Amino acid sequence: MQLIDTSVVQQMIDRLANQKLYIHLEMTTGAYAAHYDSSKHPAATFISNAVVEYSQGSISGSGPYRVGLKMNQGWVYSEGLTHYEDEESERLILAGHDSQGKLVVALQLSREPF
Amino acid sequence: MERRILVILPHPDDEAFGLSGTLAKHISEGAQVTYACLTLGEMGRNMGIPPFATRVTLPTIRKKELEESCRAIGIQDLRLLGFHDKTIEFEDQGRLEARIEDLVNEVNPSLIVTFYPGYSVHPDHDACGAAVIRTVGRIPQDRRPPVHCIAFSNNHEQYIGKPDIINDVKHFLKQKIASIQAHRSQFQAAELLGRGEMKDREFQERFGTERFWTYPFD
Repeated sequence: MQLIDTSVVQQMIDRLANQKLYIHLEMTTGAYAAHYDSSKHPAATFISNAVVEYSQGSISGSGPYRVGLKMNQGWVYSEGLTHYEDEESERLILAGHDSQGKLVVALQLSREPF
Repeated sequence: MERRILVILPHPDDEAFGLSGTLAKHISEGAQVTYACLTLGEMGRNMGIPPFATRVTLPTIRKKELEESCRAIGIQDLRLLGFHDKTIEFEDQGRLEARIEDLVNEVNPSLIVTFYPGYSVHPDHDACGAAVIRTVGRIPQDRRPPVHCIAFSNNHEQYIGKPDIINDVKHFLKQKIASIQAHRSQFQAAELLGRGEMKDREFQERFGTERFWTYPFD
C-alpha cells in the first residue's frame, strides 16, 4: 500500500465507471475498542461482494481523502481514506489507516468477486 | 502428561499470547497437538506498520504467519476450517458443532483448549468457545475430555473465580516469543517486548505464566 496519489486513484475510478462491479465497503473501530476503554463505542460494519454500478465518481479532499460514487439509485460514500494499492491495475483497493497503522475504513471495487 | 491436545480457536494469533508456552511445554513432554483454527482472521485491522497487507492479501499473509507460529511452537497438525472472520456467531451452529464433533472423534484428545464463552471479549472467541462447550458437553461424562478455557474479559475473575490451571512456561519463552513474532502483520514485536527496555525478570513475569479455567460442565 502507498499513500494515496489522487490522480492515479481518479484514473482508476474513471476506468471502472459504467459497469457491474463487486464492492467491499467497511468501517470498524475494532472488536477490542470497549475492552481497552469503556468510554469507547465499538462499531463495525462491512458489506462484501455486493454488486454496484456508478456513472460518475471522484476522490476529493487533501488527505485523508473522501470518495463518492454516484449510482443510478443512490450513492457510495467513504471518508478517511489514506492508502491505495499501487500494484493493482484492474481493481481499486483503498483503505484508511489510523496513526497506529490500524485499518479504520476500506473501499474496494473489482470486476471479479473478492 | 497429555497424550493428545486439541486446540480450537477462531483466529490466527489467538494461540500466541495465552497458550503457546503451554503447548510448547506439552510438546516437549511428548504430546501431539492438533490446532483447528476457524478463520484466517481476514477482517483484522492490523496490516503491519507501515501497512504491508491489504484486505485482499491479509488472509494469505495471516495463513503463512500462522504456519510459522505453529512451527515455532512445534505444533504437528494445523487444520484450517475455512470459516469467515467475525461471522462465527452468525454461522449455522449445527454445521459448526458437526465440524467440531468430527474433529473430537478423529483426534480423540486427552485435553481440549478453547476460549471461555462469555469471558473472551471478541464475539468470535465467545462463539467459538460456546460451540466447543455445547459439542463436548454432549459426550457422556465418563468419556468427556477436560476443556481448559482462556479468559481475559475485564473483571472475569469476579464471575468465574481464579484460574485452576497456572502453567509456568518460563523455560519455553523462546518458542512463545517466536510464535508472537511470527504474526508480524498483527503485532509490532518491538513495541510488545518493550524495545529491550523490559527487565528480564519483568519480562518473565509478564509472559512466563499462562492461566486456564477447567470448564465446569456439571
